[in-house]
Amino acid sequence: MPEQLAFAMEVFLNGLMAGVLYALVALGFVLIYKASGIFNFAQGVMALFAAMTLVGIQNGQVPFAHLINAIFGTHVHTFGWNVPSVFALIFTVIVMILLAWAVQRFVFRHLVGQEPIILFMATIGLAYFLEGFADLMWNSEIKKLDFCMTANTCLPQGINLAIDEFTFNAFGYGFFIDNLDITATIVAGILVAALIAFSQYTKQGRAMRAVADDHQAALSVGISLNFIWVLVWSLAGFVALVAGIMWGAKSGVQFSLSLIALKALPVLMLGGFTSIPGAIVGGLIIGVGEKLFEFWVGPLVGGATENWFAYVLALLFLVFRPQGLFGEKIIERV
Amino acid sequence: MSTQESYVTEDGRTIGPTVMEMKNITLRFGGVKAITDISFDIREGEIRAIIGPNGAGKSSMLNVISGFYVPQEGEVWYKGAKRPPMKPYEVAQQGIARTFQNIALFEGMTVLDNVMTGRMRQMNAGLLSQAIWMGKAQQEEVENREFVEKIIDFLEIQAIRKTPVGRLPYGLKKRVELARALAAEPSILLLDEPMAGMNVEEKEDMSRFILDMNDEFGTTIALIEHDMGVVMDLSDRVVVMDYGKKIGDGTPDEVRNNQAVIDAYLGVAHD
Repeated sequence: MPEQLAFAMEVFLNGLMAGVLYALVALGFVLIYKASGIFNFAQGVMALFAAMTLVGIQNGQVPFAHLINAIFGTHVHTFGWNVPSVFALIFTVIVMILLAWAVQRFVFRHLVGQEPIILFMATIGLAYFLEGFADLMWNSEIKKLDFCMTANTCLPQGINLAIDEFTFNAFGYGFFIDNLDITATIVAGILVAALIAFSQYTKQGRAMRAVADDHQAALSVGISLNFIWVLVWSLAGFVALVAGIMWGAKSGVQFSLSLIALKALPVLMLGGFTSIPGAIVGGLIIGVGEKLFEFWVGPLVGGATENWFAYVLALLFLVFRPQGLFGEKIIERV
Repeated sequence: MSTQESYVTEDGRTIGPTVMEMKNITLRFGGVKAITDISFDIREGEIRAIIGPNGAGKSSMLNVISGFYVPQEGEVWYKGAKRPPMKPYEVAQQGIARTFQNIALFEGMTVLDNVMTGRMRQMNAGLLSQAIWMGKAQQEEVENREFVEKIIDFLEIQAIRKTPVGRLPYGLKKRVELARALAAEPSILLLDEPMAGMNVEEKEDMSRFILDMNDEFGTTIALIEHDMGVVMDLSDRVVVMDYGKKIGDGTPDEVRNNQAVIDAYLGVAHD
């Protein structure tokens, strides 16, 4: 096999894995959009906030340390203990559920029945608030995220030697595939399968779909809209946490993490705003597309195509297939 | 005839004691009175109709019963207790199911899923159990699915079980909505103009379903209807409303011969 083709295959595989991470963020958008028609601009910041909370709890950071020190003239920064990842994860999930409740209670409950654009603006406000809040609570340093289920089984990092060896024997060229990306792919797969099963075969999943479809009808069969919205925001918070862990482990927990939301936009244009499988396929196409495009076309135009490829692809979709690959087709009955 | 004693109708159905009572209900929208001081009761196992010309306040009355409107004055008594002001979903959880005049279904979901949502009240496995799809949640899903299949058979919509509701014609949508309400095994089933916009054949089908539901499941039904003829054939007792006021209440025969009712429907010379 020619070296060039093997290299392209490696790029393709890496693209797939990068796509999974995009898809994880897009998934959070789809969940909220389906159930409440809100395009949640804060999804990326939620991932950041979740990752920061996880690391903060793990490292035993004192929340709002700067604020406390400024007010009381103290110098506290950490509790001086480390919390095992599993417990930190559970705490973070609880924090995300509380956040979901607060968002519903203090923001969207007052905006029921408003125009979509107003709800969208509210999520932009939420994004800025949450970013500042995360800064205040856990400070703005870049933090390293090591996530370990037990002392010896951490999120794996670095080259997967088995794949390297296998491909070297097969093609005479060893592929560089990051262990973390493989793990992210598996986790994302499980998460999506679980979410689809939940929404198809359980009472609350059905209620979620019902609320997405018709509020009045949902009320008439005994579904509490508030409860479902809190549930949906909690699920989106959980998905944000998973995305935050994966991205955080890859590139450190830092504020630029919130910008991954922007990469999720083209994914949604491709996959459709209302489709969970669409978010996955969209993510994969963008991931592979931008890596291969960079590989083949990049050298001809001076590189850095990854910055814009996804958006151009999304633009093409908007022109030719505005509902995305899997989105519900918009049919106007007359 | 005391409202607390059961009696047997001519066609052999047992009508039980009062299950719901509306006492002096008044509903205002700003300065407009939609309902003025109306009282009536619904008894277990009966088919109770609310009729009246357009704009008489019938739908408002149904919305008061189902919790979509909260009346400014008056009390709603349900199963012997005064009902505090409630959200519509809480009313539904208490066992009062309803259909809508202009159909409120989950258009993107299949017929089966739509009817399954009617079982919300009967399914109470914890969120965690549902999330991991084990134990109670799984068992519950299967049991309720069986019941729903029975309802689907009963209303003769087996052929469209897996069809998304959005694709169905009007008459079938009405039937799916009825199935969803019936699936809740309601103590009271509220039907808002179940026969609006139907042709004669569809009306006959719907009448048959309403009678069969009442007969086989013993469902208490309160319905609003425009079509006098249909109502008189179906119902045990009829409330007549006009301009938000009650102008008649009794068996179809009594109502038919009530002068106020005749005036309201046929018009009367004001002199």
